[in-house]
Amino acid sequence: MDAATSAYVIDSHVYEHDEEGYLKNLSEWNKELAELIAKDEKIEMTPEHWEVVNFLRDYYDEYQVAPAIRVLVKAMKKTFGPEKGDQKYLYELFPYGPAKQACKIAGLPKPTGCV
Amino acid sequence: MADDAQQQVKKSFMYVNRKAPYGTIYALEALEVVLISAAFEQDVSLAFLDDGVFQLVKGQNTAGIGMKNFSPTFKALGDYEIRQLYVERESLEERGLTSEDLMEITWEDEEDDYAKKPSIRIVSRMELTEVMAQQDVLLNF
Repeated sequence: MDAATSAYVIDSHVYEHDEEGYLKNLSEWNKELAELIAKDEKIEMTPEHWEVVNFLRDYYDEYQVAPAIRVLVKAMKKTFGPEKGDQKYLYELFPYGPAKQACKIAGLPKPTGCV
Repeated sequence: MADDAQQQVKKSFMYVNRKAPYGTIYALEALEVVLISAAFEQDVSLAFLDDGVFQLVKGQNTAGIGMKNFSPTFKALGDYEIRQLYVERESLEERGLTSEDLMEITWEDEEDDYAKKPSIRIVSRMELTEVMAQQDVLLNF
């Protein structure tokens, strides 16, 4: 496989990803890369998107696991209130699955239990 | 209607962890299965016995063995509505461990202003046998 299909490239820096686009090395993540992954997902990052992405990164940092959507909704609700801890709100930001898409942008593995 | 149908198929699943956290893949695989199964809204509990009790020991550090320290993930179980972690007292004692050696694992009670409540229950071998006998499904790892 050539670099273009198995990695993100920014200014000749290569970031390897798996076949679904999830970053292989969590520690390589940076904001510029997040913007690039988001572009691939056809998402334009707004402060609301960043809020979810940063929230996921903090969650992973604490628990070493990417939360399933149901868990994400509940945890968001607790931190940001019912307006944002809401499945519909998250789907509006990340139409192809908030947990999957936002985790990819956050540089995290695909959530366990994403069936 | 749909709720009724779901109620009828709700079963109690207990995941029985008998092996030390690292060295084999059993502990990590069991935890992943548990997280996946949580999506199906069944009644899930975990049991830790034999060397499985080491999975819950606090202060794990895997830097020297090049494996991911997945012990913090047990603390996320409450978010997945898994609130019953049974630990066999005899297995702890045989290994010179007490409840003090275990991580604090809690779940948050939304009905009670997110009060943190303990998920770990230390039970005797006899008590665990009884809890096991009540399960619909036991899965051993």
